[in-house]
Amino acid sequence: MKRTFWIFPVIFLCVALTLWLVPPPPEGEEAFSGADGKAESAITDIAPDYTPWFSPLLEPAGGEVESLLFALQAALGAGVIGYWLGVSVTREKQRRERQSASREGPGGDAD
Amino acid sequence: MHIMEGFLPVPHAAGWTLASAPFLAWGLISLRRRLREQPEQRMLLGVAAAFAFILSALKLPSVTGSSSHPTGLGLGAILFGPLAMLPVSFVILLFQALLLAHGGLTTLGANLFSLGIVGPFVAAGVFRALRGLGASLTLGVFLAAALGDLATYLTTSVQLAWAFPDPVGGFAASFAKFAGIFALTQVPLAIVEGLLTVAIFNGLARFNGEELRRLKLLPGQEARA
Repeated sequence: MKRTFWIFPVIFLCVALTLWLVPPPPEGEEAFSGADGKAESAITDIAPDYTPWFSPLLEPAGGEVESLLFALQAALGAGVIGYWLGVSVTREKQRRERQSASREGPGGDAD
Repeated sequence: MHIMEGFLPVPHAAGWTLASAPFLAWGLISLRRRLREQPEQRMLLGVAAAFAFILSALKLPSVTGSSSHPTGLGLGAILFGPLAMLPVSFVILLFQALLLAHGGLTTLGANLFSLGIVGPFVAAGVFRALRGLGASLTLGVFLAAALGDLATYLTTSVQLAWAFPDPVGGFAASFAKFAGIFALTQVPLAIVEGLLTVAIFNGLARFNGEELRRLKLLPGQEARA
């Protein structure tokens, strides 16, 4: 676990470094725009006459609100993972303490 | 992999919805039965769902100069089988369609098919095949998650190419175009997803070994392997 845990900061660093090394895109283009949006414009290229027949009921008011909602979604997941990690570490610690306590007594390994 | 709201012609939108609905019902039934029979798996399922929530919220930049999301569903498909991931994908897609204008209600069926059905089934299939061939657990988890992720995006490309064939090159030309947008962008992200899935799987193997043994993912105490 300790070794694999290093994967997270290493990945983060690699991503951050690569992003710095990327040259800025030509004028008027957004760097790293979403693939979903690109597919949308590809559809308009292939079928210029196509008009979407339904539009979203609610649209987030601007890109910042959208980022907020995405962050909330990730935070929700991260909260659950954090809870699991906390519970697991505590549980393991208690198990180890119990084991070392029973080792001092006459019985052997309980598990 | 989100096909935008209204961007599938009506017959396609309806067709994919009809194709996905029975899988969703099947997934809900099997998940409910599993939780009733083995309530101790709730924690593990929560972790798998949370993992998918995080990963599908991250828009990561890729080498092609565009951004896309990992899916995070390979983990759950490996642990619980692909059907259990249908309700999870459905909740994620519904959240993103309703609140984020990402994907949509009319394209929910098509998106559920790629994200919740093809991806997890490929992931679970790859995992089982590799383990059957004697591959290590780490390699199995890595490839299952990465290929499941890629399969989702290839499915989206097929769906779009089918709905919008190129006027000159037909389906093939159109598929090449959409796959160039989706699948190519996804390759590095699929690798990242594979690595992250291995990391969290190792955590589960360490802390929840008992549960994984019961799911027959780790060898039992009495030599089973």
